Amino acid sequence: MTNRFLPFRIYHFYRDGFRRMTLGRSLWKIIIVKLVIMFAILKVFFFPNFLKSNFSTDEARADHVLQELTIKQISINNLE
Amino acid sequence: MVEAIDIGMVNWARALFALTAMYHWIFVPLTLGLSWIIAFYETIYYRTGDESWSRLTKFWMKLFGINFAIGVATGIILEFEFGTNWSNYSWMVGDIFGAPLAIEGIAAFFLESTFFAVMFFGWNRVSKKFHLFSTYMVAVGSNLSALWILVANAWMQHPVGMVFNPDTARFEMQDIMAVILSPIAVSKFTHTTSSSFVMASLFVISISSWYLFKQRHQLLAKRSIVVAATFGIVASLFVGFSGDEAAYEDAKHQPMKLAAFEGHFEGDSPSGLVALGIVNTKKQPGDDLQSFHFKLKIPGMLSILAQRSTTGYVAGINDLVYGNEAEGVMGVEQKIPLGKIAVQSLADYKAAQKSGDEAAAANALQTFRENEAYFGYGFLEKPEDSVPNVGIMFYSFHIMVILAGLFIIVFALFLFFVYKGNIEHLKWLLMAGLPMFFLGIIAQEAGWVVAEVGRQPWAIQDMLPVSIARTNLDSGTVATTFFMFVALFTALLIAEVKIMITQIKKGPEEVK
Repeated sequence: MTNRFLPFRIYHFYRDGFRRMTLGRSLWKIIIVKLVIMFAILKVFFFPNFLKSNFSTDEARADHVLQELTIKQISINNLE
Repeated sequence: MVEAIDIGMVNWARALFALTAMYHWIFVPLTLGLSWIIAFYETIYYRTGDESWSRLTKFWMKLFGINFAIGVATGIILEFEFGTNWSNYSWMVGDIFGAPLAIEGIAAFFLESTFFAVMFFGWNRVSKKFHLFSTYMVAVGSNLSALWILVANAWMQHPVGMVFNPDTARFEMQDIMAVILSPIAVSKFTHTTSSSFVMASLFVISISSWYLFKQRHQLLAKRSIVVAATFGIVASLFVGFSGDEAAYEDAKHQPMKLAAFEGHFEGDSPSGLVALGIVNTKKQPGDDLQSFHFKLKIPGMLSILAQRSTTGYVAGINDLVYGNEAEGVMGVEQKIPLGKIAVQSLADYKAAQKSGDEAAAANALQTFRENEAYFGYGFLEKPEDSVPNVGIMFYSFHIMVILAGLFIIVFALFLFFVYKGNIEHLKWLLMAGLPMFFLGIIAQEAGWVVAEVGRQPWAIQDMLPVSIARTNLDSGTVATTFFMFVALFTALLIAEVKIMITQIKKGPEEVK
């Protein structure tokens, strides 16, 4: 019997689609492994957000970047 | 205390970014182009009702799905790298990139992923018309995703529609339409997407050649070639047109990039275009060495390309570095002192603000605004630092252009002989067709090198060099990540190639 209620039809559409997958199953496994590696390992251990990790406020982050832009460079320029 | 800039770290971070971007760029063009080719196949099926077109569509859709699955999210790593290795840059451009990337996430990604499900799960579940519509929507969504990324990239090449806020150290968007419709953004989007269509057409040509060579699925291969070669020719011609526009815009907004990819050291009028040549890699700006060991020049062509005139003056690297008053070219040598004033006045502004001296702060801010256009030059140590690697640029540009010309000939030959009806007997043509996809990848990557290496030393043109855009990390950390990524990406690529080859060997589903 066909369910006419749209959300159910959409749910069945996706459910049946995933169930009937053949090659898609392998591809989803690759996608999931890849996403886990990216977000649970790479992002956490290898790619911390430098400014978020080291400074607690936007003001402190802005000050740090301004310092990077000015103080170091002016010191270098003054040596020339 | 003077803290030295760790150039080793900058180069490792650049290498990591290049590796990630170039790897990502194997998958993206195929997705952008193949989505349209599949839609065209399905359109023929929809109009004719011929089931063999349906099988053909499903076969290429399967390969499209593999490419999409392996390539999906590889671009996210670039975002990770911004926060870790390029934190100064990331902070400064957050307000500019936020809008285009948010639009991409909300509009294009959801559009793409919703219709993606209908495209794969919807055969015989939704009407033929809605299925076809969904396939087109996947193509539109994929290409829209590319639009926003390319708009963000174009802004780095030509920063417009923004103002630098000296209190927050961020570039703030003032005019989103100026960002989206900047001439660099338009030429970048049209050139990149059309070249992606060419690459996808080459993919179809390579696989179809293999089937014909092996005398398998010959009807599928011939029909695939008809559509792909037609699409490939049209796209290739547009690539030529949009590439010409891109070079013209480079001449206006990034003249150093144009001079570098042409190995053009001395400005002249009329200016010739070097069609072929061997670059003298020892040549440096300002010295007396010849710039080429050998060159074949087309007279006046560079003037047409850069100035739309047969006699237009085209500034060379020496003009751009040291200036040429007679031709009205301001050199980097003259820009550096103004840049240093901009940097110093920014420091003065911050100091005056901290001490509560409003008058001094206003004065410093006015000086900063007067010299802001040269801000990035204040970070260069010497004028010659503004020149990208001429050898890499010249060869990348010329490889890209020569291959683009070759592709037009290949598409024309395939189209001619498939219509003639004897293509399956032409082993020489099929042999030539086999490596075309790999040559397409080389052309794509060479194009990326021209665009991105040509921007050096800038992360943001004229405003922020890569040496300042980076995070203050030691080079060892970034080098370790680089080699880890080489391993990870190689594994993913092997997975893709293996799955792809298995499916190609299987071919389309047989008639039941």
